[in-house]
Order: sequence, then C-alpha cells, then structure tokens
Amino acid sequence: MSTPDTHFEQPASFAFSSENDAKIASIIAKYPEGRQASAVMPLLDLAQRQSGGWLPRAAMVHIAERLDMAEIRVFEVATFYTMYNLAPIGRHHVQVCTNLPCWLRGSDEVVATCKNRLGIGMGETTEDGNFTLSEAECLGACVNAPMMQIGDDYYEDLDSATTTAVLDALANGETPKPGPQNGRIGCEPAGGLTSLHGKKEDA
Amino acid sequence: MLKDSDRIFQNIYGIKDKSLAGARAIGDWDGTADLITKGRQWIVDEIKGSGLRGRGGAGFGTGMKWSFMPKETGGRPVFLVINADEGEPGTCKDREILRNEPHKLVEGALLASVGIGAGAAYVYVRGEFYREAEALQRAIDEAYAAGLIGKNACGSGYDFEMYVQLGAGAYICGEESALIQSLEGKKGQPRLKPPFPANVGLYGCPTTVNNVESIAVAPTILRRSAKWFASFGRENNTGTKLFCISGHVNTPCTVEESMSITLKELIETHAGGVTGGWENLQAVIPGGSSVPMLTKSMCDTAIMDFDGLRELGSGLGTAAVIVMDKSTDVVRAITRLSQFYKHESCGQCTPCREGTGWLWRMMERMATGDMSIDEIDLVEEVTRQIEGHTICALGDAAAWPVQGLIRHFRPEIERRILERQSSNAGEAA
Repeated sequence: MSTPDTHFEQPASFAFSSENDAKIASIIAKYPEGRQASAVMPLLDLAQRQSGGWLPRAAMVHIAERLDMAEIRVFEVATFYTMYNLAPIGRHHVQVCTNLPCWLRGSDEVVATCKNRLGIGMGETTEDGNFTLSEAECLGACVNAPMMQIGDDYYEDLDSATTTAVLDALANGETPKPGPQNGRIGCEPAGGLTSLHGKKEDA
Repeated sequence: MLKDSDRIFQNIYGIKDKSLAGARAIGDWDGTADLITKGRQWIVDEIKGSGLRGRGGAGFGTGMKWSFMPKETGGRPVFLVINADEGEPGTCKDREILRNEPHKLVEGALLASVGIGAGAAYVYVRGEFYREAEALQRAIDEAYAAGLIGKNACGSGYDFEMYVQLGAGAYICGEESALIQSLEGKKGQPRLKPPFPANVGLYGCPTTVNNVESIAVAPTILRRSAKWFASFGRENNTGTKLFCISGHVNTPCTVEESMSITLKELIETHAGGVTGGWENLQAVIPGGSSVPMLTKSMCDTAIMDFDGLRELGSGLGTAAVIVMDKSTDVVRAITRLSQFYKHESCGQCTPCREGTGWLWRMMERMATGDMSIDEIDLVEEVTRQIEGHTICALGDAAAWPVQGLIRHFRPEIERRILERQSSNAGEAA
C-alpha cells in the first residue's frame, strides 16, 4: 500500500481498454461460478498497468461494479497489498531490497548509488517523472544479492558500477538485460558449478 | 556429497532447455499415466513412506497432510493450492523451480491432486515473481496442449485444471489461511483454525495447501520409489532438499543436497566457504529469517535437518542459510528483521500489530546502545508477549530472531550499551 496524498488529480472515470476488457472474461473463468471476487487482484493489476503504474479510485469503483463487489471490499484489498500504488508514480519504479541477505552483501551501496544517480530520496520521484525509488522487503533472490526490481524485472548481483549502468540505460530509453549483472546465469555458484556439471562421476 | 544422478532438480540452474521437450529429456512426464492409474491410496502411501516433510518451513509430513483429505465431500469440489508466495528472507528456491523446472511443478500438481481427490489446482505466486509466473504459465499451456493436463489428463481418464494467481506484495499470504483469503479476493489475514483447510478451505471446500518444492519433488519420488527418497538423510529427516546459501560466503548459491548434511560441508562444498575462512564465521541463520541464529561453535557441528537444528534451539525452516562473518553487526542485522516483521504484520491480532512495532523501535535503540541494561530483559519480555498469542505464526517469527540474539549475544549488547553510557558520561563531563 502506498499512502494516497491529495496533491494530484483523480480521473473522473475509468474504463478498461478493449484489449484488457477482452482478458477479463478469461480471468473470471479461472474461478468457480459465483466466485468472481477472486478476480479482484488480477483486475486491479490490469487497471494499474493500464493507468501508468497506479490505481485511480475510479478504477476501483469500476472493478467493484464489474465483479459485483461492495466498493469497500475492493478498497480494502487495494490498500492491504503493497504492490498497488494509490498515487501516481514514476515510469520506472526502482525497488531496492534492503533486507538482511541483501544488506550483508552491500545493499547500502546500491541504495546510495540510486540516490546519487537519480538525485532523489526513498519514496520520491524524479522531476521528469522517469524514476520512483523505493525500499523493498525481501524479493526472494537472496543468493543473487544485492538486487533491485525495476518494473517486472530483477537486476541481481549488483555493485555500484552495475547499478549506475542499469539506471543509465533506462534513462536513455534502453532496456538493460535483467538478471545477474556479474556474468552468472542464475543461482549457480560463481566461478564454476559444484553440482550438475555433467561429469561422469556417478556413472 | 549427493551424486548428480540422485538430484531431483536436474535443471535448477536453468542451463538446459526449460520447455516441455527439455523437461521430458530430464525425465519429467515419464509414465505419469501409470502413476495415476496406481490410484489415490498408493500415491498417498508412497509419499508417506518417503518421509517427505513439507518444504515450506513447518515440516509437516506431506503424505500425512494428504491423508487428512476427506474421501466423501458431499458434492463439494476439492482443491489443491500451491504456495508460491516465497518471501521468507533468505529463501529463493521456489523461484528457481518456477522459472527453470516448472514442469516438475505441473506434473506434481496433477499427481498430488489425484492423491487428494482434487479436480483443480491454484498456484499462488508472489506478485513480484511476474517473470516466474509467466514461465509457469508457459509450462501449463504446454501441458494443456500436449494433453498432459485438462480433461482426461495424460489419457488416464482423470480431469484436472491448473491456474496461476499472482499476489500483490504481502508476506503474510505465505501463511496458508491468509493465502486462501487472498485467493478468494480478500485481504490476506489468517483465519482461526479449526476448521482446518482439509475440511473448510478455499471457497469453503476441502483444500490442501502445499509448498512448491513439496509438490515438485513428488513425481520423482513416485517414479523412483519412497525407499529411494528415504535413503537420504537421517530417520524422520529424509530426502534431498534445496538449500539457499546467502550472505558472507564466497559463492552464494542454491543447491540440492542430501538432508542431514553438515552445515560446514554445505557451505564449504557449494558456497566456496565463509568469507575470510571458517574461523571468520560469527553466526548463521540456518532456516530463513524466522528461526533463531546459531553461534560459530554451534555451526561447527550443526546438522542441517529438522531434528538437528531443533536440538540447537533453532529450526530448518525453509533451509535458507544466511551466513554472517565477524564483520557483521549482529544487533543491526536482527534489527533489520524486526523492521521486516513490523512491515509485514497484517494488523489483525493486537500482540503482533503493536508488538512488532514495539520490538522494532526497541531494537533500533539496542543497535546503537541507546538503552539501559535492564531493558534487554524488557525486549525479551515483549517477545514473550507476542509469541504464542496470535492467530498465525508471524508473531512467533518476529519473536524468535530477537530471542536468539539475546540468548547468544547478550555480552555484545551489554558492551555497546555500556560503551554508549560511558561516551555520554564523557561528553557530559
């Protein structure tokens, strides 16, 4: 949940795009008949993506109508979960994990680098609306720490230089390659496999 | 060390082909119809016989859990819910299954559903794992297209549907009843038990909730036999297990190893050793952030299984090993975890909602030595007021790391309090 402030305008109405509208029936079809309330989270996500990364109040009202739910039930959900943004947000949402496994491997440096490069503090958005910086709780990539999530992608095994490179690329309108930034493929140990190396040791 | 041929997750690093063809090449979907034909009772008995204990943290017997599902449901549908809301700090194993070995999860979901009589499975994936959910959906689509799931799955006559649901950033939804609430379109606040999900779960119907890893290992156990799986690890702690080794090691990684491996062998064989060498070790959190830490001397002989770590006053949890060398400010480390639990408390139970905030604020003072020696006991007392007084285990999880810190590092806490007091006195003089 992000706390809504009042220094922005709420759009008066909301409607799903025809493309998103077409997805709704297949989302609702995933649940048994009469259980369409289960679709509230996928629909809030769809509305947020359509609205540039945040959830206008009108979208919640619209979803309540669509799913035959009381508006308060939709507001409850939208304010409970951290990934719904209730106020406008930068184009790129940079979320740096600062939980213990990332902190042990230098998330302080990643945070400092982001603040420096973007010129903003935690919870703030750059003036050009390009970046919002947030502190995130454990994002579940602990053996690739430190890491950050930007949009839907993870950038892992970061240091100051690679953090800057990722942010520079985004600022230039490029899409930096997600995943480990130090040459690892995934969660394997750096510098050579200790298992699954395909040797005939157990034949 | 576990032999490669005994590793269930042959593509956990995502180096090989992750598609259905690739999955088949490493043994997935081999003879699935025959396993289904052996029937519900056989599946449950095999999983029971393997000794598999839930891989999500609590370690409850998976076969036992499946056996609790009612045979007669009065016409109510039965659901399998797979918990992919991985968020316990230090834990990142289910992510690898979702993105690199999704077919093991899909096949496991089918076989588990036969074992509990379910016609549909929902996989609840944490919202941040958007790419991982996409990978799983691709595998599900492939399985549907190949007739492996859906109506007459694998040609066995069994009908089975499988769906992915994304969460939206709430650690508490990893608690099974909160997860069910969330799946029903509500705030993720845990339910009182009883009734247990086996009787009143998703949509009020009989439901089993299992961790991703528990489900993903099931097909291999059924193919290779309960006896094979039970041959690894000690009695009551059997099988192979994914371990995530993070923090101060030379090569952090996730690796599948035998249960009951020693902590030292695990770290030195796969994670390149502790930074600066074993003697530079200060403490290890052996099972995800919710379990108490181990001191260096405990680590020297620690055995990585449920009973071994319980004997040390800790727990295997999710087998997420967080290593801290001597450069670590351990009080600051635990304070960060207190901040996490304060952030993630769902707010339903007063002891947790208020207590986690209390705890965090006191820990912030402890980290800088800004408290009196007496207050160490007060912090301990606050943890006791939370522990055991809440609907779910988040309260306990918030309490235990702090208790572990006070138990093992009291001299360090006292040292920094006295240091600050004397420096304050010096300034006043």
